[in-house]
Amino acid sequence: MAEFTMPSLGADMDEGLLQEWLVAVGDQVHKGDAIAVVETDKAAIEVECFEDGTVGRLLVEPGTRVPVGTSLAVIETGVAPAPAPAPASAPVAVAETETETGTKAEVSSAPDADGRQPPAEPAPAHRPLPVGTAPPREAVAVGPLVRHLAEQKHLDLAGIRGTGRGGRVTRRDVERATATHPRVRVTPYARRLAGELHVDLAQVRGSGELGAVRAVDVRAAARTGPTVLPAPGPPTAAAPPSPTRAPAAAAHAAVPKPEPFRTRPATASPAPVGEDRTAAMRKAIAALMARSKREIPHYYLSTTVDLDTALTWLHTHNNACPVAERLLPAAPLLKAAALAARQVPELNGFWTDGHFEPGDGVHLGVAVSLRGGGLLTPVLHGADTLGLPALMAALKDLAVRARTGRLRGSELTGATLTVTSLVEQGVETVFGVIHPPQVALVGFGAVTDRPCAVNGLLGVRPMVTATLAADHRASDGAVGARYLTTLNRLLQHPEEL
Amino acid sequence: MTAEGSAKHETEHSTEYGTEHKTTYREALREALRDALRADDRVFLMGEDVGRYGGCFGVSLGLLEEFGPERIRDTPLSESAFVGAGIGAALAGMRPIVEIMTVNFSLLALDQILNNAATLLHMSGGQLPVPLVIRMTTGAGRQLAAQHSHSLEGWYAHIPGIRVLAPATIEDARHMLAAALADPDPVLIFEHGALYNASGELHPDARIPDLDRAVVRRAGTDITLITYGGSLPKTLAAAEELAVAGVSAEVVDLRTLRPLDDTTVMESVARTHRAVVVDEAWRSGSLAAEVSARITEQAFYDLDAPVERVCSAEVPIPYARQLEEAALPGTAGIVAAARRVAGPTWSAADGGRSPSDGDGRVS
Repeated sequence: MAEFTMPSLGADMDEGLLQEWLVAVGDQVHKGDAIAVVETDKAAIEVECFEDGTVGRLLVEPGTRVPVGTSLAVIETGVAPAPAPAPASAPVAVAETETETGTKAEVSSAPDADGRQPPAEPAPAHRPLPVGTAPPREAVAVGPLVRHLAEQKHLDLAGIRGTGRGGRVTRRDVERATATHPRVRVTPYARRLAGELHVDLAQVRGSGELGAVRAVDVRAAARTGPTVLPAPGPPTAAAPPSPTRAPAAAAHAAVPKPEPFRTRPATASPAPVGEDRTAAMRKAIAALMARSKREIPHYYLSTTVDLDTALTWLHTHNNACPVAERLLPAAPLLKAAALAARQVPELNGFWTDGHFEPGDGVHLGVAVSLRGGGLLTPVLHGADTLGLPALMAALKDLAVRARTGRLRGSELTGATLTVTSLVEQGVETVFGVIHPPQVALVGFGAVTDRPCAVNGLLGVRPMVTATLAADHRASDGAVGARYLTTLNRLLQHPEEL
Repeated sequence: MTAEGSAKHETEHSTEYGTEHKTTYREALREALRDALRADDRVFLMGEDVGRYGGCFGVSLGLLEEFGPERIRDTPLSESAFVGAGIGAALAGMRPIVEIMTVNFSLLALDQILNNAATLLHMSGGQLPVPLVIRMTTGAGRQLAAQHSHSLEGWYAHIPGIRVLAPATIEDARHMLAAALADPDPVLIFEHGALYNASGELHPDARIPDLDRAVVRRAGTDITLITYGGSLPKTLAAAEELAVAGVSAEVVDLRTLRPLDDTTVMESVARTHRAVVVDEAWRSGSLAAEVSARITEQAFYDLDAPVERVCSAEVPIPYARQLEEAALPGTAGIVAAARRVAGPTWSAADGGRSPSDGDGRVS
C-alpha cells in the first residue's frame, strides 16, 4: 500500500488545489501514469503516481486545497486488488473541506446484525466504536485483541480491509490504518529543504521526536532517493487513456508548426486563464524572482557566437526532412547549452543550505512565456542525452502543453539549469534572473546578421549573443567563462550535437 | 549584605591596582566609573551607600576619596526620590549615574522610570531628553532569598523609550558605561550579582561596544544557545559539555535587552537551525518568551526543532542552597535542553554516519 501525496511542484509551492481525479477507485495504475490534476499558483499540472497498483481510496475531494505532503489517495500495491473496496473507501478525515458523499449509499445500505441502520452519514474513521456492537455486515471476523486495539484507537473496523486469512482484519491492518492517518511531522526547515532537494516527504522516515522528519533525514533521503524528480515517465501509450489527456494531444496535433522556443503564444487555444490564475502566477513569479535577486549574487558574462556553420548545417538537414521534423535553431542552441553544462558541471545543480549540490544529470528548464502574461519553465529531462530530433520533439510538446496548461508534475520540477531565449523577440541580449535554487541561467538573444571579422576581412555572419547569469556563491567568473567558450566551441560543430 | 560588603572591602584594596590585565568584573565597573567621572564634569554618581561605604557591592569603593562628595553622593533610602532627582539633573544638563542597590528596590522607582524617564522626550515633542544612566544589581544565586533574587530586567525591556543593557563579560563591564552615557535616552544597566567576583584578562584593545549588537561568544554549527548577563558563564560551560558530546553549540550573548538585535540571533539560527533560550527570569512572559517568539516569526522556515527555553522555576526564589540551585537554570539543565532540541545526533536513515557530518553540514 502506498500513499499518493500532494507533490511539491517547485520550491515555491506549499499547497495545491486538487482539481480533478483522472482515475477512480479500483482503477489499475502504473508508475508514471497521470492520476490527478493539481492546480498550483502557476498552472494546472497532471501529477503522476510512483507505484504500480490499484487505486484503493481517494482521500481528497476535487476542489480541495491541501498542503504539500497531504495524502491524496491510497494506491494498493498488493497482488489481488479488490474489485470494489467497498467500505474501505470511506474517506479519511484529512482535509477540512472534504465531503463524504461518495460512500453514503454503500454504508447506509449495510444494516448491522442487530438490524439497526447505521447512521446515515458514513462512519468517519475516528468514530468511537460502540462497545459491544456486533460485527457489522458480512460478519468481519475480528479477534479480541484486534477489537481491543481498534476500540483504543477509535477505529471503525468496518472501514478496514482485512489482509488476513479469509479477509480477516489483523493487528497489522489496524496499526497500518491508524498509522497512515496522522500527518507526517516535519520541521519547517526540513520541509523547506525537501522542497529544495526535491525529496518526497511521504517517503522519509523521521528520526526526531515522535517521528518528526528533520533536516538530517531529508538529506539522507536526498542521497538515496526516491525523490519527486522522477525519470521521464513511460510513453503515454502505456498509460490508460484519460479524458483529460485527449485535449492536450489534440491541441498538439492541431498545431501545424509549433515554435516552442519563441516566446509568442502558440496558436493552440490555451486553457481558460482566469484573472485569478494570472494574478497568482504573477505573485509566484514575483516571489521567486525577488528571492533570486535578494539571495543570489549574480554575475554576468556574454559572448557572441558565430552561427554560420550551425545554420548551414541546419539548412542542409532540414532540406532532407519532412516539414514536421524540421529543426529550429533553438534545438542546437539548447543541446549545446546542455552539453556545455555537462562539461562544466559547476553550473549545473543547486545551491542549498550554503553549499553547491551538483545536479544528477542535465535537466534543462526552458522558459516559455504565456499568452496573457506569465512564464513557465517546463523541463527537458536529460537534455544532454537527447538527439536533436528527439529534443526538438520534446520541446514542441512541452511548449504546447505549457501554453494549454497541461503540464505534468515531473515536467515542472527538477531543472538543474534554465535557458531563456529571446531569439524570436528581436533583442540582442538577455541577462536573466537565476531560478533558485539553481546556480546559473543561460540566455540567447536574436540571431541576426552582423558584420564581423572573418579571416582578416569584414564579413557578414549570423550571430547570436549568448549570456550567462551565474551565482557567485557557487562559481566564479573563470567557470562561467569556461562554460561560454565551451558552448561556442560546441556550436561550431553542429554535426556532433 | 553588610557583612558581604565589608568582607569585600578588604580584598578590594589589595587587588585593585594589581596586574594590569588581570581584573574582576567589579573592578572593571569601577574603572569605567572612574573614566566617566574624569572625562566629563557633568557626570556624577548617586545612590544608597555609594560614597562612604563604597557601594553595597563595593563597586564605587575609593571614588568618594578621589572625586569628593559633590560627585559621589550618598542618598536617603528613597528610590523614588533619588531616581527622580537623577531625572531632574539629566533634564538640567547633567549626566547622572544613579545606582539602585538591587532590582527589587527599583520597583519603588518604577513610576519615575516608566512614567518620567521613558516618556518625557516624547511628551515634550522632543524638547526634553533624559540622558540618565541607572545601574542596578540583578539576579539570584547568592542565597539572598525571595526578596533579593529577582531578574526583572525583562520587565524593563518591555518599556519603549529606554535602553536596557546586561553586561556579561569583563570587557562589557569595563566599556558599556561610556556607551550608555553617550546615549541621549535613559539607559538601565543590569549587573548580575554573581558576576562581580568573576575575574579574567581584560583585553587592552577592547573598545567601546556597539550597543545595538548582540555578540556570538562562541561559534558553533548545531544549535544556538541565546542568553545574557549572569547566565552567560553557565551557558558557555554547557556549550563546552555539549562539545564533548559531539554537539557544536553557538552561544549568543544578547547584551542589549532593549532594543533586541534580531539580526545576530536570526543569522545564527539560520546557520544552526535550532535554538535554546537561557534566561534566569521566570518563564511566563519573559524575555526568553520574546526571543523565542521572534525566532518563530522571523526564522520559522529555518527551524529544525521547536525552540526551547531554560528559565527559573516559577516560584519565589528559595533561600536554602539546594532549593535555590534547583530553581535556577543550571549547566546540566541547559545541556539537557540542548540535547533534546538537537535530537538524536544521527538518524537511522543516515546509516550510522558520525554525528559531526550527520547534520548541519554536507560535505
